[in-house]
Amino acid sequence: MELLRAVFVDPFAQMVAAPDLLAQTIWEGLVAGVLYSLIALGFVLIYKASGVFNFAQGIMMVFAALTLVGLHEKGVPAWAALILTIAVMYALALAIERLVLRPLVNQPDIILLMATFGITYFLIGFGELVFGGNPKSMITKELLLPDGALDLHILGGKVELQKLDIAAAAIALIMVVSLATFFQRTRIGRALRAVADDHQAALSVGISLDQIWVIVWFTAGVVALATGIFWGARSEVSFALQVVALKALPVLILGGLTSVPGAIVGGLIIGVGEKLGEFYWGPLLGGGIESWLAYVIALAFLLVRPQGLFGERIIERI
Amino acid sequence: MKAETDDILLAVEHVSLSFGGVRAISDVSFDIRRGEIRAIIGPNGAGKTSMLNVVNGFYHPQKGAIRWRGRARARMKPYEAAAQGIARTFQNVALFKGMTTLDNIMTGRNLRMKRNLFWQALRRGPALDEEIANRRVCEEIIDFLEIEHIRKTPVGALPYGLQKRVELGRALAMEPELLLLDEPMAGMNREEKEDMSRFIVEANRYRGATIALIEHDIGVVMDLSDRVVVLDYGRKIADDVPEKVKSDGKVIGAYLGVSH
Repeated sequence: MELLRAVFVDPFAQMVAAPDLLAQTIWEGLVAGVLYSLIALGFVLIYKASGVFNFAQGIMMVFAALTLVGLHEKGVPAWAALILTIAVMYALALAIERLVLRPLVNQPDIILLMATFGITYFLIGFGELVFGGNPKSMITKELLLPDGALDLHILGGKVELQKLDIAAAAIALIMVVSLATFFQRTRIGRALRAVADDHQAALSVGISLDQIWVIVWFTAGVVALATGIFWGARSEVSFALQVVALKALPVLILGGLTSVPGAIVGGLIIGVGEKLGEFYWGPLLGGGIESWLAYVIALAFLLVRPQGLFGERIIERI
Repeated sequence: MKAETDDILLAVEHVSLSFGGVRAISDVSFDIRRGEIRAIIGPNGAGKTSMLNVVNGFYHPQKGAIRWRGRARARMKPYEAAAQGIARTFQNVALFKGMTTLDNIMTGRNLRMKRNLFWQALRRGPALDEEIANRRVCEEIIDFLEIEHIRKTPVGALPYGLQKRVELGRALAMEPELLLLDEPMAGMNREEKEDMSRFIVEANRYRGATIALIEHDIGVVMDLSDRVVVLDYGRKIADDVPEKVKSDGKVIGAYLGVSH
Protein backbone atom coordinates (compact mmCIF):
# COMPACT_ATOMS: atom_id res chain seq x y z
CA MET A 1 0.00 0.00 0.00
CA GLU A 2 2.73 2.41 0.97
CA LEU A 3 4.50 1.74 -2.30
CA LEU A 4 1.42 2.12 -4.48
CA ARG A 5 0.69 5.42 -2.79
CA ALA A 6 4.22 6.60 -3.37
CA VAL A 7 4.05 5.69 -7.06
CA PHE A 8 0.51 6.61 -8.03
CA VAL A 9 -0.66 9.29 -5.63
CA ASP A 10 2.13 11.33 -4.13
CA PRO A 11 3.78 12.53 -7.35
CA PHE A 12 0.48 13.86 -8.66
CA ALA A 13 -0.28 15.50 -5.37
CA GLN A 14 3.08 17.25 -5.60
CA MET A 15 2.30 18.39 -9.13
CA VAL A 16 -0.96 19.97 -8.06
CA ALA A 17 0.53 21.46 -4.94
CA ALA A 18 3.29 23.29 -6.81
CA PRO A 19 2.16 24.04 -10.37
CA ASP A 20 5.06 26.40 -10.94
CA LEU A 21 7.53 23.58 -10.37
CA LEU A 22 5.54 21.39 -12.71
CA ALA A 23 5.61 24.08 -15.39
CA GLN A 24 9.36 24.50 -14.88
CA THR A 25 9.93 20.76 -15.25
CA ILE A 26 7.77 20.52 -18.36
CA TRP A 27 9.55 23.50 -19.91
CA GLU A 28 12.95 21.94 -19.31
CA GLY A 29 11.65 18.70 -20.74
CA LEU A 30 10.38 20.44 -23.84
CA VAL A 31 13.71 22.16 -24.41
CA ALA A 32 15.65 18.93 -24.11
CA GLY A 33 12.98 17.30 -26.27
CA VAL A 34 13.39 19.85 -29.04
CA LEU A 35 17.08 19.07 -29.18
CA TYR A 36 16.41 15.31 -29.23
CA SER A 37 13.97 15.95 -32.05
CA LEU A 38 16.61 17.76 -34.06
CA ILE A 39 19.06 14.88 -33.70
CA ALA A 40 16.35 12.37 -34.59
CA LEU A 41 15.45 14.51 -37.59
CA GLY A 42 18.98 14.08 -38.90
CA PHE A 43 18.60 10.30 -38.69
CA VAL A 44 15.18 10.33 -40.33
CA LEU A 45 16.29 12.49 -43.27
CA ILE A 46 19.10 10.15 -44.20
CA TYR A 47 17.19 6.97 -43.49
CA LYS A 48 14.28 8.03 -45.66
CA ALA A 49 16.36 8.98 -48.66
CA SER A 50 19.07 6.37 -48.63
CA GLY A 51 17.82 3.61 -46.35
CA VAL A 52 20.96 3.98 -44.26
CA PHE A 53 20.87 4.15 -40.51
CA ASN A 54 23.49 6.83 -40.08
CA PHE A 55 25.51 5.93 -37.03
CA ALA A 56 27.68 8.99 -37.71
CA GLN A 57 24.89 11.48 -36.99
CA GLY A 58 26.13 12.09 -33.45
CA ILE A 59 29.69 12.67 -34.51
CA MET A 60 28.54 14.91 -37.36
CA MET A 61 26.97 17.10 -34.70
CA VAL A 62 30.20 17.24 -32.71
CA PHE A 63 32.28 17.74 -35.83
CA ALA A 64 30.11 20.64 -36.99
CA ALA A 65 30.24 22.35 -33.60
CA LEU A 66 33.95 21.71 -33.33
CA THR A 67 34.60 23.18 -36.77
CA LEU A 68 32.64 26.27 -35.85
CA VAL A 69 34.44 26.84 -32.57
CA GLY A 70 37.79 25.76 -33.94
CA LEU A 71 37.61 28.18 -36.85
CA HIS A 72 36.72 30.96 -34.47
CA GLU A 73 39.68 30.07 -32.26
CA LYS A 74 41.92 30.39 -35.27
CA GLY A 75 40.77 33.98 -35.64
CA VAL A 76 37.89 33.74 -38.09
CA PRO A 77 34.99 36.06 -37.15
CA ALA A 78 31.91 34.23 -35.85
CA TRP A 79 29.63 34.92 -38.82
CA ALA A 80 32.31 33.85 -41.30
CA ALA A 81 33.01 30.75 -39.23
CA LEU A 82 29.32 29.88 -39.40
CA ILE A 83 29.22 30.21 -43.18
CA LEU A 84 32.49 28.31 -43.53
CA THR A 85 31.18 25.52 -41.32
CA ILE A 86 28.12 25.20 -43.51
CA ALA A 87 30.46 24.99 -46.50
CA VAL A 88 32.47 22.30 -44.71
CA MET A 89 29.28 20.30 -44.09
CA TYR A 90 28.53 20.57 -47.81
CA ALA A 91 32.00 19.34 -48.69
CA LEU A 92 31.53 16.49 -46.23
CA ALA A 93 28.23 15.49 -47.86
CA LEU A 94 29.88 15.59 -51.27
CA ALA A 95 32.80 13.47 -50.07
CA ILE A 96 30.55 10.91 -48.37
CA GLU A 97 28.46 10.51 -51.50
CA ARG A 98 31.47 10.22 -53.80
CA LEU A 99 33.70 8.04 -51.62
CA VAL A 100 31.28 5.97 -49.56
CA LEU A 101 27.74 5.79 -50.92
CA ARG A 102 28.45 5.63 -54.63
CA PRO A 103 30.90 2.71 -54.51
CA LEU A 104 28.55 0.86 -52.14
CA VAL A 105 25.35 1.38 -54.09
CA ASN A 106 23.07 -1.68 -54.07
CA GLN A 107 24.99 -3.28 -51.21
CA PRO A 108 23.04 -4.76 -48.27
CA ASP A 109 21.98 -2.32 -45.55
CA ILE A 110 24.36 -3.81 -43.01
CA ILE A 111 27.34 -2.85 -45.19
CA LEU A 112 26.14 0.73 -45.42
CA LEU A 113 25.62 0.77 -41.65
CA MET A 114 29.19 -0.42 -41.14
CA ALA A 115 30.36 2.26 -43.54
CA THR A 116 28.78 4.91 -41.31
CA PHE A 117 30.82 3.47 -38.41
CA GLY A 118 33.82 4.11 -40.59
CA ILE A 119 32.70 7.68 -41.18
CA THR A 120 32.32 8.10 -37.41
CA TYR A 121 35.89 7.08 -36.64
CA PHE A 122 37.25 9.08 -39.52
CA LEU A 123 35.52 12.21 -38.27
CA ILE A 124 36.76 11.68 -34.73
CA GLY A 125 40.33 11.30 -35.93
CA PHE A 126 40.13 14.10 -38.45
CA GLY A 127 38.47 16.48 -36.01
CA GLU A 128 41.11 15.82 -33.38
CA LEU A 129 43.90 16.24 -35.88
CA VAL A 130 42.72 19.63 -37.06
CA PHE A 131 41.17 21.18 -33.97
CA GLY A 132 42.71 19.21 -31.13
CA GLY A 133 40.97 16.99 -28.61
CA ASN A 134 40.42 19.48 -25.79
CA PRO A 135 36.87 20.41 -24.87
CA LYS A 136 35.98 23.90 -26.04
CA SER A 137 33.19 26.22 -25.09
CA MET A 138 30.59 27.26 -27.61
CA ILE A 139 30.85 30.80 -28.94
CA THR A 140 27.31 31.70 -27.95
CA LYS A 141 27.91 35.40 -27.44
CA GLU A 142 29.74 35.81 -30.72
CA LEU A 143 26.85 34.14 -32.55
CA LEU A 144 24.53 36.73 -30.97
CA LEU A 145 22.63 34.11 -29.04
CA PRO A 146 20.94 35.56 -25.95
CA ASP A 147 21.97 34.60 -22.45
CA GLY A 148 20.44 35.12 -19.05
CA ALA A 149 17.00 34.06 -17.97
CA LEU A 150 13.47 35.26 -18.27
CA ASP A 151 11.45 35.01 -15.07
CA LEU A 152 7.75 34.42 -15.39
CA HIS A 153 5.73 35.03 -12.27
CA ILE A 154 2.83 32.70 -12.84
CA LEU A 155 1.03 29.87 -11.12
CA GLY A 156 1.78 31.30 -7.71
CA GLY A 157 5.51 31.04 -8.14
CA LYS A 158 8.39 31.68 -10.47
CA VAL A 159 9.16 29.86 -13.72
CA GLU A 160 12.59 30.51 -15.08
CA LEU A 161 13.14 30.30 -18.84
CA GLN A 162 16.69 30.43 -20.11
CA LYS A 163 16.82 32.78 -23.09
CA LEU A 164 19.20 30.39 -24.82
CA ASP A 165 16.59 27.65 -24.53
CA ILE A 166 13.95 29.91 -26.01
CA ALA A 167 16.27 30.63 -28.93
CA ALA A 168 16.94 26.90 -29.37
CA ALA A 169 13.24 26.13 -29.45
CA ALA A 170 12.57 28.96 -31.91
CA ILE A 171 15.35 27.91 -34.27
CA ALA A 172 14.31 24.27 -34.09
CA LEU A 173 10.75 25.28 -34.91
CA ILE A 174 11.86 27.37 -37.88
CA MET A 175 14.02 24.53 -39.19
CA VAL A 176 11.29 21.95 -38.86
CA VAL A 177 8.65 24.11 -40.52
CA SER A 178 10.91 25.07 -43.41
CA LEU A 179 12.02 21.47 -43.91
CA ALA A 180 8.42 20.30 -43.95
CA THR A 181 7.46 22.95 -46.51
CA PHE A 182 10.50 22.17 -48.59
CA PHE A 183 9.66 18.46 -48.58
CA GLN A 184 6.00 18.94 -49.41
CA ARG A 185 5.95 21.71 -51.95
CA THR A 186 9.06 21.90 -54.08
CA ARG A 187 10.59 19.92 -56.91
CA ILE A 188 13.64 18.85 -54.93
CA GLY A 189 11.45 17.96 -51.96
CA ARG A 190 9.30 15.79 -54.18
CA ALA A 191 12.40 14.20 -55.65
CA LEU A 192 13.64 13.42 -52.13
CA ARG A 193 10.39 11.72 -51.24
CA ALA A 194 10.41 9.90 -54.56
CA VAL A 195 13.88 8.50 -53.89
CA ALA A 196 12.75 7.44 -50.42
CA ASP A 197 9.84 5.52 -51.94
CA ASP A 198 11.36 3.76 -54.93
CA HIS A 199 14.90 4.11 -56.28
CA GLN A 200 14.23 2.57 -59.68
CA ALA A 201 11.16 4.60 -60.42
CA ALA A 202 12.98 7.73 -59.28
CA LEU A 203 15.78 7.02 -61.71
CA SER A 204 13.33 6.43 -64.53
CA VAL A 205 11.84 9.91 -64.22
CA GLY A 206 15.29 11.42 -64.37
CA ILE A 207 16.11 11.99 -60.72
CA SER A 208 19.81 11.69 -60.10
CA LEU A 209 20.39 9.64 -56.93
CA ASP A 210 23.88 11.07 -56.50
CA GLN A 211 22.59 14.61 -56.38
CA ILE A 212 19.76 13.75 -54.00
CA TRP A 213 22.10 11.98 -51.60
CA VAL A 214 24.38 15.00 -51.47
CA ILE A 215 21.41 17.24 -50.69
CA VAL A 216 20.14 14.92 -47.98
CA TRP A 217 23.48 14.51 -46.25
CA PHE A 218 24.05 18.24 -46.49
CA THR A 219 20.65 18.94 -44.92
CA ALA A 220 21.41 16.44 -42.18
CA GLY A 221 24.77 18.19 -41.71
CA VAL A 222 23.11 21.58 -41.28
CA VAL A 223 20.66 20.10 -38.80
CA ALA A 224 23.65 18.58 -37.00
CA LEU A 225 25.29 22.00 -36.85
CA ALA A 226 22.20 23.59 -35.29
CA THR A 227 21.98 20.78 -32.73
CA GLY A 228 25.68 21.00 -32.04
CA ILE A 229 25.50 24.73 -31.34
CA PHE A 230 22.77 24.33 -28.72
CA TRP A 231 24.06 21.15 -27.08
CA GLY A 232 27.50 22.72 -27.07
CA ALA A 233 26.13 25.82 -25.38
CA ARG A 234 24.47 23.73 -22.67
CA SER A 235 27.63 21.86 -21.79
CA GLU A 236 30.78 22.12 -23.87
CA VAL A 237 31.98 21.07 -27.29
CA SER A 238 33.79 17.77 -26.92
CA PHE A 239 33.72 14.31 -28.45
CA ALA A 240 31.86 13.04 -25.41
CA LEU A 241 28.90 15.00 -26.69
CA GLN A 242 28.23 12.42 -29.36
CA VAL A 243 26.59 10.13 -26.83
CA VAL A 244 23.58 12.43 -26.69
CA ALA A 245 22.91 11.13 -30.19
CA LEU A 246 22.12 7.83 -28.51
CA LYS A 247 19.23 9.64 -26.86
CA ALA A 248 17.79 9.93 -30.35
CA LEU A 249 17.36 6.15 -30.53
CA PRO A 250 14.36 5.95 -28.18
CA VAL A 251 12.98 8.98 -30.00
CA LEU A 252 13.26 7.11 -33.29
CA ILE A 253 11.62 4.02 -31.84
CA LEU A 254 8.80 6.15 -30.50
CA GLY A 255 8.32 8.29 -33.59
CA GLY A 256 9.18 5.81 -36.29
CA LEU A 257 12.36 5.89 -38.33
CA THR A 258 10.62 7.19 -41.44
CA SER A 259 8.52 10.00 -40.09
CA VAL A 260 9.51 13.66 -39.73
CA PRO A 261 6.53 14.56 -37.52
CA GLY A 262 7.29 11.38 -35.55
CA ALA A 263 10.79 12.63 -34.80
CA ILE A 264 9.38 15.90 -33.47
CA VAL A 265 6.60 14.45 -31.34
CA GLY A 266 8.77 11.56 -30.19
CA GLY A 267 11.51 13.95 -29.11
CA LEU A 268 9.09 16.07 -27.10
CA ILE A 269 7.51 13.05 -25.42
CA ILE A 270 10.89 11.62 -24.45
CA GLY A 271 12.18 15.00 -23.26
CA VAL A 272 9.18 15.79 -21.09
CA GLY A 273 8.77 12.16 -19.97
CA GLU A 274 12.29 11.85 -18.67
CA LYS A 275 12.30 15.20 -16.85
CA LEU A 276 8.96 14.45 -15.15
CA GLY A 277 10.11 10.95 -14.32
CA GLU A 278 13.38 12.19 -12.85
CA PHE A 279 11.76 14.92 -10.81
CA TYR A 280 8.70 13.18 -9.42
CA TRP A 281 9.48 9.48 -9.50
CA GLY A 282 13.28 9.55 -9.43
CA PRO A 283 13.62 9.95 -5.65
CA LEU A 284 11.78 6.64 -5.17
CA LEU A 285 14.68 4.87 -6.87
CA GLY A 286 17.36 7.09 -5.44
CA GLY A 287 17.51 9.38 -8.48
CA GLY A 288 19.47 9.18 -11.70
CA ILE A 289 16.70 7.52 -13.68
CA GLU A 290 16.86 10.19 -16.38
CA SER A 291 19.61 8.37 -18.21
CA TRP A 292 17.64 5.20 -18.81
CA LEU A 293 13.98 6.14 -18.53
CA ALA A 294 13.80 7.09 -22.21
CA TYR A 295 14.77 3.57 -23.23
CA VAL A 296 12.13 2.07 -20.98
CA ILE A 297 9.47 4.32 -22.50
CA ALA A 298 10.66 3.28 -25.96
CA LEU A 299 10.68 -0.38 -25.02
CA ALA A 300 7.12 -0.23 -23.74
CA PHE A 301 6.18 1.41 -26.99
CA LEU A 302 7.84 -1.25 -29.10
CA LEU A 303 5.53 -3.84 -27.56
CA VAL A 304 2.44 -1.96 -28.65
CA ARG A 305 3.40 -0.25 -31.88
CA PRO A 306 6.56 -1.69 -33.43
CA GLN A 307 6.38 0.78 -36.31
CA GLY A 308 6.34 3.77 -33.95
CA LEU A 309 3.79 6.52 -33.59
CA PHE A 310 3.87 7.71 -37.17
CA GLY A 311 6.07 5.15 -38.89
CA GLU A 312 4.85 3.32 -41.94
CA ARG A 313 3.39 -0.01 -41.12
CA ILE A 314 5.20 -2.68 -43.03
CA ILE A 315 2.78 -5.07 -44.59
CA GLU A 316 4.34 -7.90 -46.48
CA ARG A 317 2.41 -10.15 -48.74
CA ILE A 318 3.39 -13.79 -48.50
CA MET B 1 2.54 6.36 -94.03
CA LYS B 2 5.77 6.43 -92.17
CA ALA B 3 9.11 6.78 -93.82
CA GLU B 4 10.73 3.41 -94.22
CA THR B 5 14.28 3.74 -92.97
CA ASP B 6 15.47 7.32 -92.51
CA ASP B 7 13.37 8.14 -89.49
CA ILE B 8 14.71 5.64 -87.02
CA LEU B 9 14.52 6.93 -83.46
CA LEU B 10 16.22 4.02 -81.75
CA ALA B 11 18.18 1.12 -83.13
CA VAL B 12 19.28 -1.88 -81.10
CA GLU B 13 22.26 -3.50 -82.80
CA HIS B 14 23.45 -7.02 -81.98
CA VAL B 15 22.84 -6.61 -78.28
CA SER B 16 23.78 -9.44 -75.92
CA LEU B 17 23.23 -9.36 -72.20
CA SER B 18 24.01 -12.00 -69.60
CA PHE B 19 23.95 -12.23 -65.84
CA GLY B 20 26.80 -14.43 -64.72
CA GLY B 21 26.36 -17.47 -66.92
CA VAL B 22 22.74 -16.85 -67.77
CA ARG B 23 22.12 -15.30 -71.14
CA ALA B 24 19.11 -13.01 -71.04
CA ILE B 25 19.49 -11.56 -74.54
CA SER B 26 21.55 -13.01 -77.40
CA ASP B 27 22.46 -10.93 -80.41
CA VAL B 28 19.17 -9.09 -80.85
CA SER B 29 18.75 -6.27 -83.37
CA PHE B 30 15.68 -4.23 -84.16
CA ASP B 31 14.71 -0.61 -84.60
CA ILE B 32 11.95 1.73 -83.57
CA ARG B 33 10.76 4.38 -86.01
CA ARG B 34 9.70 7.81 -84.98
CA GLY B 35 5.96 7.95 -84.35
CA GLU B 36 5.16 4.26 -84.38
CA ILE B 37 3.82 1.89 -81.77
CA ARG B 38 6.27 -0.97 -81.61
CA ALA B 39 5.25 -4.10 -79.74
CA ILE B 40 7.72 -6.49 -78.13
CA ILE B 41 6.15 -9.85 -77.42
CA GLY B 42 7.27 -13.30 -76.42
CA PRO B 43 6.69 -16.00 -73.80
CA ASN B 44 7.69 -15.46 -70.17
CA GLY B 45 11.44 -15.19 -69.72
CA ALA B 46 12.03 -14.26 -73.34
CA GLY B 47 14.04 -11.16 -72.37
CA LYS B 48 11.45 -8.48 -73.06
CA THR B 49 11.80 -6.58 -69.80
CA SER B 50 15.59 -6.98 -69.93
CA MET B 51 15.43 -5.33 -73.34
CA LEU B 52 13.57 -2.31 -71.95
CA ASN B 53 16.07 -2.16 -69.09
CA VAL B 54 18.88 -2.01 -71.62
CA VAL B 55 17.16 0.76 -73.56
CA ASN B 56 16.65 3.01 -70.52
CA GLY B 57 20.03 2.31 -69.00
CA PHE B 58 19.24 0.04 -66.03
CA TYR B 59 21.34 -2.69 -67.66
CA HIS B 60 24.44 -2.35 -69.75
CA PRO B 61 24.78 -4.97 -72.47
CA GLN B 62 28.12 -6.80 -72.75
CA LYS B 63 27.96 -6.71 -76.52
CA GLY B 64 26.27 -4.63 -79.15
CA ALA B 65 25.33 -1.00 -79.48
CA ILE B 66 22.35 1.26 -79.21
CA ARG B 67 21.83 4.10 -81.62
CA TRP B 68 19.61 6.85 -80.30
CA ARG B 69 18.45 9.48 -82.80
CA GLY B 70 20.96 8.10 -85.26
CA ARG B 71 23.98 8.37 -82.98
CA ALA B 72 25.69 5.57 -81.11
CA ARG B 73 24.97 5.97 -77.44
CA ALA B 74 27.63 5.69 -74.79
CA ARG B 75 27.00 3.75 -71.60
CA MET B 76 24.20 5.68 -70.02
CA LYS B 77 22.61 5.91 -66.60
CA PRO B 78 18.81 5.76 -66.26
CA TYR B 79 18.46 9.40 -65.32
CA GLU B 80 20.57 10.37 -68.33
CA ALA B 81 18.29 8.29 -70.54
CA ALA B 82 15.36 10.14 -68.98
CA ALA B 83 17.04 13.45 -69.75
CA GLN B 84 17.37 12.32 -73.38
CA GLY B 85 13.63 11.79 -73.62
CA ILE B 86 13.09 8.15 -72.70
CA ALA B 87 10.29 7.51 -70.21
CA ARG B 88 8.96 4.20 -68.98
CA THR B 89 6.45 2.37 -66.86
CA PHE B 90 7.12 -0.84 -64.96
CA GLN B 91 5.63 -4.30 -65.05
CA ASN B 92 4.72 -4.29 -61.38
CA VAL B 93 3.88 -0.61 -60.93
CA ALA B 94 6.70 1.46 -59.46
CA LEU B 95 4.95 4.50 -58.05
CA PHE B 96 5.87 6.61 -55.06
CA LYS B 97 3.31 5.07 -52.78
CA GLY B 98 3.31 7.61 -50.00
CA MET B 99 2.74 10.50 -52.38
CA THR B 100 -0.50 11.74 -53.93
CA THR B 101 -1.45 11.20 -57.57
CA LEU B 102 -0.65 14.80 -58.35
CA ASP B 103 2.75 14.67 -56.65
CA ASN B 104 3.60 11.44 -58.47
CA ILE B 105 2.81 13.02 -61.80
CA MET B 106 4.69 16.17 -60.80
CA THR B 107 7.85 14.10 -60.33
CA GLY B 108 7.64 13.49 -64.07
CA ARG B 109 8.30 17.22 -64.50
CA ASN B 110 11.51 16.93 -62.49
CA LEU B 111 13.77 17.45 -65.50
CA ARG B 112 11.72 20.35 -66.83
CA MET B 113 12.16 22.35 -63.67
CA LYS B 114 15.49 24.08 -63.52
CA ARG B 115 15.42 26.40 -60.53
CA ASN B 116 18.17 25.63 -58.08
CA LEU B 117 18.12 24.68 -54.44
CA PHE B 118 18.33 28.30 -53.33
CA TRP B 119 15.15 29.45 -55.06
CA GLN B 120 13.44 26.20 -54.22
CA ALA B 121 14.17 26.68 -50.55
CA LEU B 122 12.71 30.18 -50.66
CA ARG B 123 9.83 29.03 -52.82
CA ARG B 124 9.46 32.53 -54.24
CA GLY B 125 9.77 34.31 -57.58
CA PRO B 126 11.00 32.13 -60.43
CA ALA B 127 10.67 28.88 -58.51
CA LEU B 128 7.03 29.56 -57.76
CA ASP B 129 6.25 30.57 -61.37
CA GLU B 130 7.90 27.40 -62.55
CA GLU B 131 5.95 25.31 -60.05
CA ILE B 132 2.68 26.80 -61.28
CA ALA B 133 3.47 26.34 -64.97
CA ASN B 134 4.38 22.70 -64.49
CA ARG B 135 1.42 22.11 -62.27
CA ARG B 136 -0.76 23.23 -65.18
CA VAL B 137 0.79 20.61 -67.48
CA CYS B 138 0.13 17.92 -64.89
CA GLU B 139 -3.48 18.98 -64.39
CA GLU B 140 -3.98 18.68 -68.13
CA ILE B 141 -2.58 15.14 -68.09
CA ILE B 142 -4.81 14.28 -65.15
CA ASP B 143 -7.80 15.47 -67.19
CA PHE B 144 -6.66 13.44 -70.17
CA LEU B 145 -6.37 10.25 -68.11
CA GLU B 146 -9.68 10.91 -66.34
CA ILE B 147 -8.24 10.67 -62.84
CA GLU B 148 -9.38 14.05 -61.50
CA HIS B 149 -11.20 12.41 -58.61
CA ILE B 150 -8.04 10.87 -57.16
CA ARG B 151 -5.72 13.87 -57.52
CA LYS B 152 -5.12 14.16 -53.80
CA THR B 153 -5.22 10.47 -52.92
CA PRO B 154 -1.99 8.74 -51.88
CA VAL B 155 -1.42 6.24 -54.68
CA GLY B 156 -0.68 3.35 -52.33
CA ALA B 157 -4.40 3.34 -51.48
CA LEU B 158 -5.57 3.15 -55.11
CA PRO B 159 -6.76 0.03 -56.91
CA TYR B 160 -4.28 -1.54 -59.30
CA GLY B 161 -5.90 -0.35 -62.52
CA LEU B 162 -5.78 3.27 -61.41
CA GLN B 163 -2.18 2.90 -60.24
CA LYS B 164 -1.25 1.79 -63.75
CA ARG B 165 -2.96 4.88 -65.07
CA VAL B 166 -1.11 7.19 -62.67
CA GLU B 167 2.15 5.58 -63.72
CA LEU B 168 1.33 6.30 -67.36
CA GLY B 169 0.55 9.88 -66.33
CA ARG B 170 3.92 10.26 -64.66
CA ALA B 171 5.67 9.01 -67.80
CA LEU B 172 3.59 11.32 -70.02
CA ALA B 173 4.43 14.30 -67.80
CA MET B 174 8.01 13.88 -68.98
CA GLU B 175 6.81 14.63 -72.54
CA PRO B 176 9.00 11.78 -73.73
CA GLU B 177 10.11 11.13 -77.26
CA LEU B 178 10.15 7.42 -76.58
CA LEU B 179 7.78 5.84 -74.11
CA LEU B 180 8.50 2.31 -72.90
CA LEU B 181 5.45 0.52 -71.54
CA ASP B 182 6.04 -2.76 -69.72
CA GLU B 183 2.75 -4.69 -69.67
CA PRO B 184 0.53 -1.66 -69.14
CA MET B 185 -2.59 -3.83 -69.13
CA ALA B 186 -1.48 -6.78 -67.05
CA GLY B 187 -4.17 -7.86 -64.62
CA MET B 188 -6.84 -5.57 -66.03
CA ASN B 189 -10.39 -6.41 -67.03
CA ARG B 190 -11.67 -5.73 -70.51
CA GLU B 191 -13.10 -2.34 -69.81
CA GLU B 192 -9.89 -1.16 -68.17
CA LYS B 193 -7.90 -2.54 -71.08
CA GLU B 194 -10.03 -0.60 -73.54
CA ASP B 195 -9.48 2.62 -71.59
CA MET B 196 -5.75 2.01 -71.43
CA SER B 197 -5.60 1.21 -75.17
CA ARG B 198 -7.34 4.46 -75.91
CA PHE B 199 -4.87 6.42 -73.78
CA ILE B 200 -1.93 4.73 -75.47
CA VAL B 201 -3.23 5.48 -78.96
CA GLU B 202 -3.95 9.09 -78.07
CA ALA B 203 -0.56 9.54 -76.42
CA ASN B 204 0.96 8.25 -79.63
CA ARG B 205 -1.15 10.28 -82.09
CA TYR B 206 -1.70 13.56 -80.31
CA ARG B 207 1.18 13.78 -77.89
CA GLY B 208 3.78 12.64 -80.35
CA ALA B 209 5.25 9.86 -78.23
CA THR B 210 6.87 6.95 -80.00
CA ILE B 211 5.91 3.87 -78.06
CA ALA B 212 7.57 0.54 -77.34
CA LEU B 213 5.05 -1.79 -75.78
CA ILE B 214 5.41 -5.12 -74.03
CA GLU B 215 2.09 -6.87 -73.82
CA HIS B 216 0.81 -10.40 -73.43
CA ASP B 217 -2.71 -9.84 -74.72
CA ILE B 218 -2.24 -10.67 -78.39
CA GLY B 219 -5.54 -9.05 -79.34
CA VAL B 220 -4.38 -5.75 -77.91
CA VAL B 221 -1.01 -6.06 -79.62
CA MET B 222 -2.61 -6.71 -83.01
CA ASP B 223 -4.94 -3.73 -82.61
CA LEU B 224 -2.44 -1.19 -81.37
CA SER B 225 0.92 -1.86 -82.87
CA ASP B 226 2.42 -0.88 -86.19
CA ARG B 227 5.16 -3.51 -86.04
CA VAL B 228 5.93 -6.40 -83.74
CA VAL B 229 9.22 -7.93 -82.68
CA VAL B 230 9.03 -11.40 -81.15
CA LEU B 231 11.60 -12.69 -78.67
CA ASP B 232 12.02 -16.23 -77.42
CA TYR B 233 14.77 -17.40 -75.04
CA GLY B 234 16.58 -14.10 -75.57
CA ARG B 235 16.65 -14.40 -79.37
CA LYS B 236 14.67 -12.55 -81.97
CA ILE B 237 12.50 -15.00 -83.88
CA ALA B 238 10.28 -12.62 -85.87
CA ASP B 239 10.02 -8.94 -86.72
CA ASP B 240 7.19 -7.75 -88.93
CA VAL B 241 3.74 -6.18 -89.16
CA PRO B 242 1.14 -7.81 -86.86
CA GLU B 243 -0.69 -9.78 -89.56
CA LYS B 244 2.49 -11.49 -90.75
CA VAL B 245 3.74 -12.19 -87.24
CA LYS B 246 0.43 -13.78 -86.30
CA SER B 247 0.78 -16.44 -88.96
CA ASP B 248 4.52 -17.00 -88.53
CA GLY B 249 5.28 -20.65 -87.82
CA LYS B 250 8.13 -19.96 -85.41
CA VAL B 251 6.00 -17.56 -83.37
CA ILE B 252 3.18 -20.04 -83.07
CA GLY B 253 5.75 -22.65 -82.10
CA ALA B 254 7.23 -20.44 -79.38
CA TYR B 255 3.88 -19.78 -77.82
CA LEU B 256 2.35 -23.21 -78.13
CA GLY B 257 5.44 -25.41 -78.15
CA VAL B 258 6.49 -27.50 -81.13
CA SER B 259 7.33 -31.14 -81.50
CA HIS B 260 10.94 -31.57 -82.58
